[in-house]
Amino acid sequence: MEYKDYYEIMGVDKDATQDQIKRAYRKLARKYHPDVSKERDAEQKFKEVGEAYEVLKDPEKRAAYDQLGANWQAGQDFRPPPDWDAGFEFSGGGYTQGDSAAFSDFFESLFGQRGFRSAGMGAGSGGGFQMRGEDHHAKILIDLEDAYKGMTRTITLRVPEVDAQGHVRTRERTLNVRIPKGVRQGQQIRLAGQGAPGMGSGAQGDLYLEVEFNPHSFYRVEGRDVFLDLPVAPWEAALGAKVKAPTPDGAVDLSIPPDSKAGRKLRLKGRGIPGRTPGDLYVLLQIALPPANTEKAKALYTKMQQELAFNPRAGLGV
Amino acid sequence: MSEKVLTGLIVNEDMTLTLAELSRACCVHAEWIVALVDEGILEPEGDVRTGWHFSGPSLRRARMAVHLQQDLGVNLAGAALALDLMEELESLRRRVQLLDREI
Repeated sequence: MEYKDYYEIMGVDKDATQDQIKRAYRKLARKYHPDVSKERDAEQKFKEVGEAYEVLKDPEKRAAYDQLGANWQAGQDFRPPPDWDAGFEFSGGGYTQGDSAAFSDFFESLFGQRGFRSAGMGAGSGGGFQMRGEDHHAKILIDLEDAYKGMTRTITLRVPEVDAQGHVRTRERTLNVRIPKGVRQGQQIRLAGQGAPGMGSGAQGDLYLEVEFNPHSFYRVEGRDVFLDLPVAPWEAALGAKVKAPTPDGAVDLSIPPDSKAGRKLRLKGRGIPGRTPGDLYVLLQIALPPANTEKAKALYTKMQQELAFNPRAGLGV
Repeated sequence: MSEKVLTGLIVNEDMTLTLAELSRACCVHAEWIVALVDEGILEPEGDVRTGWHFSGPSLRRARMAVHLQQDLGVNLAGAALALDLMEELESLRRRVQLLDREI
């Protein structure tokens, strides 16, 4: 496992005061908070910062961490020396906030097991004690097409578990989940009884999945409605035409009314995301110009220029 | 790996959340959710507490408020403001994306 330099992560000196550490944490937490930040790896950074603060904010843990010695380099292969924490008393649990699964193996090896035991969270606390398991949350990325058809997805979750010795381990858990047809961006899917196991005879928690769509190369989604920019030839827009248009449900024939202008919006009722009240599909016409790269094309453009009295800038008064 | 296929319920479409369910889903006490309602952060349907129904977006907002408070030490009024601004930012970002594609 790699040694972690918590001071470097927090961007503070080794002799920083508790106040300086707190200020550095607040600043970094705001910067990398996954709800707020749009930086790549924000979540990873946020976890690292949270872990560093978890140790440095607590004078006992900080002192224990400091006496590992200053000779370690970040990333160096690390194994805690035996009895590394002799003489240190941890008053609280190893984790005072956040979820333990978010912390690294490095943290785990130093503060993990004892914390849980001293906090009295070990398995088999018995004695009629029971508690409902926690609800878990996860995000799933799906394609727009999946929302039209519904589908079954295999998802892998990392869940913390307390084993018989009271150690916290993360375990990978694989679930096959049926994504219901008609699901929309930002919606939550509840899977009853798929959260953390309860203690004693307590019921198992629930699992919530927040749905997010992968960005699509040509559809945009707003709520139930789907938008598509559809290129048409100038004569199709001018004369009207029947053209093929893609929809997430398969291609359809679409009538372009004569004399259509660029940006004209055609509504395909009920072709948006399905549901009790299905959304609509909006097709926005874009006029694509054929390139004037052959003699024939040039001749046609020239003919139009000569025979059509057309000023595209008439509305601008010039 | 289990081969069983699980079917979930879409919050809002198929069901709503009660006060107890929402507090559990956010790992907070019910009083805390009540405080969010008092602050206007959540707007449940139903008049009396025991009959409150919360929507899917409420779950998202409540969890974000919990995170803001736990991770950043923001108080309720600050969380309410931050949530409104974050939602506005999100919708502006979406519009910018749209405009970017049109240019």
